[in-house]
Amino acid sequence: MDLILVNLIDGLVTGLLLFMLSAGLTLIFSMMGVLNFAHASFYMLGAYFAYQISLALGFWLGLLIAPLIVGVIGAGVERYGLRRVHQYGHVPELIFTFGLALLIEELVQFIWGKNQMPYNVPDVLNFTAFSISGNSIPAFKVFMIFVSVGIFLGLLFVLTKTRVGMIIQAALSYPRTVEALGHNVPLIFMGVFGVGTALAGVAGVIAGPVLGTFPGMAFVLGSIVFVTIVIGGLGSLWGALVASLLIGWITTFAKSYNIEMEGILNAIGIATPENLSDNPLRDFWALTSPQIADILPYILMVLILIFRPQGLFGKRES
Amino acid sequence: MKNITKFGAVSALSLIIGASSAFAADIKIAFIDPLSGPFASTGTNGLHQFEFAAEYMVNDKGGLLDGKTMEVVGFDNKISPKESLIQLQVAIDQGIRFIVQGNSSGVANALTEAIEKHNKRNPDSRVLFLNYAAVDPALTNEKCNFWHFRFDANADIKMDALTDVMVENKDIKKVYIIGQDYSFGKAVSDAANRMLKDKAPEIEVVGDELHPIGKVKDFTPYARKVVSSGADAVITGNWGADMLGLGKSIIENGFEGPIYTYYAAGSGITAAFGESGKDRIRLISQGSINPIGSEEARELYNAFLKKYPDGNIDQSRIFNTIGMLSQAIEEAGTADDVVAVATALESMEYESMWGGKLFMRPQDHQLIQDMHVGVHTNDGLDFDYDQSGYGIKNESTVEMASMDSPTTCEMKRP
Repeated sequence: MDLILVNLIDGLVTGLLLFMLSAGLTLIFSMMGVLNFAHASFYMLGAYFAYQISLALGFWLGLLIAPLIVGVIGAGVERYGLRRVHQYGHVPELIFTFGLALLIEELVQFIWGKNQMPYNVPDVLNFTAFSISGNSIPAFKVFMIFVSVGIFLGLLFVLTKTRVGMIIQAALSYPRTVEALGHNVPLIFMGVFGVGTALAGVAGVIAGPVLGTFPGMAFVLGSIVFVTIVIGGLGSLWGALVASLLIGWITTFAKSYNIEMEGILNAIGIATPENLSDNPLRDFWALTSPQIADILPYILMVLILIFRPQGLFGKRES
Repeated sequence: MKNITKFGAVSALSLIIGASSAFAADIKIAFIDPLSGPFASTGTNGLHQFEFAAEYMVNDKGGLLDGKTMEVVGFDNKISPKESLIQLQVAIDQGIRFIVQGNSSGVANALTEAIEKHNKRNPDSRVLFLNYAAVDPALTNEKCNFWHFRFDANADIKMDALTDVMVENKDIKKVYIIGQDYSFGKAVSDAANRMLKDKAPEIEVVGDELHPIGKVKDFTPYARKVVSSGADAVITGNWGADMLGLGKSIIENGFEGPIYTYYAAGSGITAAFGESGKDRIRLISQGSINPIGSEEARELYNAFLKKYPDGNIDQSRIFNTIGMLSQAIEEAGTADDVVAVATALESMEYESMWGGKLFMRPQDHQLIQDMHVGVHTNDGLDFDYDQSGYGIKNESTVEMASMDSPTTCEMKRP
């Protein structure tokens, strides 16, 4: 029972981290209709910038400045790269972001090398917040939860309650009409791209000390972010939140409990075959939930695409 | 006109001779390991150590066989067995006779098989496989062949030494074993289970688990299981980003005991653990860095730091590999006939600058050497890792570890 509570908290942290990445990506996708392959690379840039800044100015200024730099770079990429490629259609845009992801990874290796960076949790937060029957919850994780929830509430407020938010939402669905009303739609696109990448930057800053800051960090997280926004429904902030938490909890629980395939199959009435070691399906029978935990989100995505192609909260009719 | 033709023919001939003699001047070694992707740092650091070893131990001392220089050529295999076989073919086509590889036993298994087949079919371009870090015991047991030599201690030898040290610590009653889900991770788990049962039946294995290699984002759920199992010690064969992620997560989430590892040092890992890993992380390795094995090794290490100020010598076996290969080439009197070199290499005894004697066991081509268990600390170090002030200091030593260990290898010699 205690472990369930601990796992709920761990899953929440993983999910919220995923949300910060997918929130920006889902907005960018619904705006431009193109998957930004380089999104996780901006997350990596956030972590590296924050590490470099924290060496000189400390963690807190890193948390403040690094996402700003990442956002400015993101806006620049949109203004001088994507916007030019945009007129040639979606495929060149896709290839452009893909190339950008490779370029950023090489650049990071060129500047910082291939080693792990000693980017650590700041001393102020390096203590155990509380513990549940021997399982300690580090203060930094509590801090991560607060930062991500704060960002979610802030985004929600801006998008639904302010004039800027309304114009953004209008520009996402009817860019021509909004332009005809005298709004600068390209500027809005640039702004959304910048904010989206800055969010990825924030995620990098607070995930770097926990998950490690190394050139492979974008690759490790890259594909799961796309899965998240497909499950949640493209363009939906709530969808991104729900899907992120769902994935966070599913993977955490699957890894924490050794549920064996044999048990599941027996429970639904399929008897274990005799001579299991000679059986061609023996690997299937021997599966345990931690082994498949990381592919569960992909299975979920396939199911969602079959039964509800627009995603959990998606509005778009295909 | 006739003269011109003659001149042309002569110059063409001299070009060919010149080219072939320039070719013969080099002893090339192909380094096939990951130089990009999640394990790039491990591979790149290995390549630097190999390049430096060839430069410092061979070329600066006048080369081998009257002045032939040694050159290490890097090939990126992206840690994929398939890619490795392509790179192996490229290396062979370039006339390279010596292959070194170490990261991932999965790759080593593919390479040793491919090399055995290649050598059988192409007696004119045979190659040797010098394995400096892949420690799956199968490579020197059922999958052994004449062309493969292992300079690292295999997983069984390491676990033998590690468990010797563990059973002396009477505080350890419960052990949790966790590793990457592939041949090496499984070998570590098998060896740990078997040897703990033999040496200390009273020690209980409370967890035995494998996780996907290079794909886990967050190790927290695994760390929770370790803590809630009530384990007193953890054994892991993890390396690279998986080692750091697992170790950090276990320590952060409230585990108090020692973590016995194979590879928790260097490549930024030592610096990233820093204070949090002090007196917690234990490491089994060969070659003594703290205290340094010899004055010769100290000079070499200082020269290495001059060239790579932020580098580490975290794989001293690389220097043993180059040293023993050089000695074998000198003994054989040739660098082209790899059968002669291999014959000189097996049953070679070699004084290592990192301390102790090395013996290449002829029956399975497994190097027998002293093993050390060290601790991650910042006290009393000769050389730290990652410029972090922290390093690995020897706590206990097992001399000529597993000298008489059995092998199922049936070596077929050409």
